[in-house]
Amino acid sequence: MYKVKVFVTLRESVLDPQGTVVKNSLHSMNYSEVSDVRIGKYMELTIKKSERPVEEAVKEMCERLLANVVIEDYRFEIEEAVAQ
Amino acid sequence: MKFAVIVFPGSNCDIDMYHAVKDELGAEAEYVWHDAESLDEYDGILLPGGFSYGDYLRSGAVARFSNVMKEVVKAAEAGKPVLGVCNGFQVLLEAGLLPGAMRRNDSLKFICRSVELKVANNETMFSSSYEKNEVIQIPIAHGEGNYYCDEATLAKLQENNQIVFTYNGTNPNGSLENIAGIINEKGNVLGMMPHPERAVDELLGGADGLKLFQSIVKQWREAHVVNA
Repeated sequence: MYKVKVFVTLRESVLDPQGTVVKNSLHSMNYSEVSDVRIGKYMELTIKKSERPVEEAVKEMCERLLANVVIEDYRFEIEEAVAQ
Repeated sequence: MKFAVIVFPGSNCDIDMYHAVKDELGAEAEYVWHDAESLDEYDGILLPGGFSYGDYLRSGAVARFSNVMKEVVKAAEAGKPVLGVCNGFQVLLEAGLLPGAMRRNDSLKFICRSVELKVANNETMFSSSYEKNEVIQIPIAHGEGNYYCDEATLAKLQENNQIVFTYNGTNPNGSLENIAGIINEKGNVLGMMPHPERAVDELLGGADGLKLFQSIVKQWREAHVVNA
């Protein structure tokens, strides 16, 4: 089994209105050192081992469904889960 | 002319859409559930607004993989008119039938009110009953209508005259170039955030949306009915 952590965020070139609001809020709380906030999504996938390399499968899932590559970037981390 | 009103779990403007084409326009219409196997018997496809699949993940992202969408793609390829309103527009973007993507409104607020639209292109099968640059009143109701595409795509949209409706005056959601509705290159798939189906009766505040549906029928009659 694999535990896959997928992170999806808006692309750098795309303005993130939620992130901007949170940044302004942090500033108003006197955390003036915060120069940028990007809000994204975090997903955990549990994937059974199969013949197909897990990287390849997850990349395809991200491209097709988990992220909209027109406006979003994604990255993922794969951990091999120890059988309980 | 017979319309299919596609119903996804979470669609909530399907009844308005059905009412607009059936009762106000006087065309034939049927509800078609998202798992339908065929759209062959329909001449026009309408994707209504709402929150298909609860807007989980992204608006339209899950609906785009429902069974009926394969048939919507087929209908679009066959040249049938396909109209996506609000969530229907978001589904068309996710499905790749139209270019670009939706971001949250720049105000982060869900906006529900009537807005002014300008008919930027009246030479489409969806807008031919309007005058060029005609200003019309159509309601909007969305939280994610902030249209985005990259510069190359925008240049292409402008070059091919694919921007059909723009917000007139104030832009309610921050969309690129005030875009409210765009059409595909072939000219038979239109996506728009405003709700023409909610503006089909003066009693309910305005009927400026009716001409959009009349345009579709007019074009269909010219193409399909002898001596039209």
